[in-house]
Amino acid sequence: MIAEIGHFALILATGVALYQFLVPLYGAHRGDQALMRTAMPAAVLQLLLIALAFAALTHAYVVSDFSVENVFANSHSAKPLLYKISGVWGNHEGSMVLWVLILALYGAAVAIFGHNLPLELRARVLAIQGSVGLAFLLFIVLTSNPFLRLDPPPIEGNGLNPILQDPALAFHPPFLYAGYVGLSIAFAFAVAALIDGRVDAAWARWVRPWTLAAWMFLTIGIAMGSWWAYYELGWGGWWFWDPVENASFMPWLVATALLHSAIVVEKRNALKTWTVLLSILAFSLSLMGTFLVRSGVLTSVHAFAVDPERGLFILMILCVFIGGSLALFAWRAPLLKSGGVFTPISREGSLVLNNLLLCVACLAVFTGTLYPLALETVTGAKISVGPPYFNLTFGPIILPLLLLVPVGPLLAWKRGDVPGALRRLWVSLTVAVAVGLLVMVVNIRGPWLAPVGMALASWLVLGALTDLANRIALFKGPLANSWQRFTGLPRSAIGGMMAHGGLGIMIAGIIAISLWKIEVIVALKPGEQAAVGAYTVTFIGEAPSSGSNYTGRSGTFRVSEGGREVATLVSEKREFRPSGTPTTEVGLLQTLLGDVYVVMGDATNDGGRAVRMYFNPLVNFIWLGALIMFFGGMLSLTDRRYRVGAPSRKLAIEAVPAE
Amino acid sequence: MTRKQKRLSMILGGLAVIGLAAGLVLYALSGTITFFYTPSDITAKNVGPGQRLRLGGLVEEGSWKRGEGTLSQFTVTDTLKAIRVTYNGQLPDLFREGQGVVAEGVIDGGGTFVADTVLAKHDENYMPKELADSLKEKGVWNEGGKKP
Repeated sequence: MIAEIGHFALILATGVALYQFLVPLYGAHRGDQALMRTAMPAAVLQLLLIALAFAALTHAYVVSDFSVENVFANSHSAKPLLYKISGVWGNHEGSMVLWVLILALYGAAVAIFGHNLPLELRARVLAIQGSVGLAFLLFIVLTSNPFLRLDPPPIEGNGLNPILQDPALAFHPPFLYAGYVGLSIAFAFAVAALIDGRVDAAWARWVRPWTLAAWMFLTIGIAMGSWWAYYELGWGGWWFWDPVENASFMPWLVATALLHSAIVVEKRNALKTWTVLLSILAFSLSLMGTFLVRSGVLTSVHAFAVDPERGLFILMILCVFIGGSLALFAWRAPLLKSGGVFTPISREGSLVLNNLLLCVACLAVFTGTLYPLALETVTGAKISVGPPYFNLTFGPIILPLLLLVPVGPLLAWKRGDVPGALRRLWVSLTVAVAVGLLVMVVNIRGPWLAPVGMALASWLVLGALTDLANRIALFKGPLANSWQRFTGLPRSAIGGMMAHGGLGIMIAGIIAISLWKIEVIVALKPGEQAAVGAYTVTFIGEAPSSGSNYTGRSGTFRVSEGGREVATLVSEKREFRPSGTPTTEVGLLQTLLGDVYVVMGDATNDGGRAVRMYFNPLVNFIWLGALIMFFGGMLSLTDRRYRVGAPSRKLAIEAVPAE
Repeated sequence: MTRKQKRLSMILGGLAVIGLAAGLVLYALSGTITFFYTPSDITAKNVGPGQRLRLGGLVEEGSWKRGEGTLSQFTVTDTLKAIRVTYNGQLPDLFREGQGVVAEGVIDGGGTFVADTVLAKHDENYMPKELADSLKEKGVWNEGGKKP
């Protein structure tokens, strides 16, 4: 019964989405206020209906209603509650319901909090949101209905893929989707602006917080996915340039570019056409990511649905939205008059360079991700493009960008002064070079990337601190004065510095683990030990283990440093019921300076175990940096400019009624 | 500089960056890609020793032998041809005889495939797509493993 209510709610939501798409758009075209106003209740109603459907599906999972085929295929009554709930989006159908739920959440947020938007713009934005919702709701109802019944109902379910039964992965999809789908708002604003034929500072100010929110969620979502891959897959790596990772990384790169170019639109009234194009591209890449991941054209844990019909449907959605918006762009973009003039060496110039490099980097990732697919379609040859390609292309493109990050914020608008900026950065520059030299001396035979990378990381962190010190005039007067200035700083400025500093911390982690990772593979019998970095790992022995839905064997390892015992780690080989799928749990000792990572392997012929161990230096800096970036974004989002400074278009330039 | 010259210099600068990146991408693509072959392809295409490739097929029943420590040996077959594989490292959890596997590495002088990476399917329904496709082509695909 409850499942039928959910199904019915989804169908109703499809109808509401159709209304939300057509009526406000027509109202805005005719200048009919009453019709435009119906967009807001429609968006809220859509949210309520989809939330109802989602709740119905969640209910079916929580009570293990195996008469619903989706629950039967992906759940099991012995599964812990958290994974029963996360199982809702641990499969194709449920994850699409989550997708539209988040879309509707964003739409309703625009409807509820967007009261300072001009009515026409709000109506158009919600209409575009409605069109995206309509496409995906149709997709769910027609090809991916999660509420299909089984008759007779089975006694027990098939269970969720055990490697997905993990806390980080339980929350990875919602965050990632919040990021993907959040970009739909920037997209809707861009399309609305194209229909409107106008982009101004107020428009940019409305778009920025939504893009920022999407960017934050993408950042934390990608970080969670990478963290999961790090400790759950047991390969000791944190990023594999896997096509699915790339599918989430590309929108992130473009969203980062968009975040920066929108500043120029807001502050200087320039780069309008480009910013609109970026908004379209960012969401197009999100859609493409959804297509790549959900259509089964890629090889991955994420490819739930290997169903050509579904792939074709998403491909059609992709063509309609990307093709349609780009055609609209080609037609209407010449209407967008750009204002501010600037020299290449200026804050605007540096932001243009930022955009150029981010987009080119994205293009390199795009080529590497899609080239194998294209080649197979054209010639039938099967190839794989791996990390060496990405290191060789992405690295050199992103390196100059990282070098420029601390300089950009110190340049003035319109006409900048590079020597002046460097003068203010000389302390950072000196310290960064010193760090590089130190690394070079300590690690004399190491690769050249080590000193360069570490210098770069310090340069980014110190550059962010320099920016802060400059703005609060630190050491240029009494400290109380600086404190006063600090409290007066806009939160978005501090957020930006945190994001840049967090990036530096992340780079330090990435460089360290890429260059100084220690890997040891040995066969150990109980009582034997092996050294990994500065640590000694002793294999104590193994014992049977079990949980609510698995049985296994756990190996115990004692970790000591300089003769002193620091930790006891357990690595486990589990076999899950009912599928019999084996997984390996990693034994992990986390410290800020590096992780000891122990994986128990197969039994060897002489009664021992193959054991793989890593020392991963500074690896936690990667996620620490991502967290700092996330909180920087959050701080920016609470800037009073977005809360109070209700931007309003000047009444004098009232819109010309559409013909 | 006039406004026009400024714009021109920015566009040229942008094009230069894109051109450099395009060159880099082409160079990297020509040097770093690996081809996917089945044991039959290796014979048919006469793949020589030293060339890096991905080998896909089924692990032949009864062929998996553990050597000293973490060394292991097995045979990869597509039911028409087979090739011996050696691998020093930990095999994935889902590595099993009679099931799909993808190994990456090079063929040595003696015709043995020396793998440095071995991937197995992720769960009971998942198999590397390239492998599933080539098994289907050869008619040895087993649909029985799929969910109802």
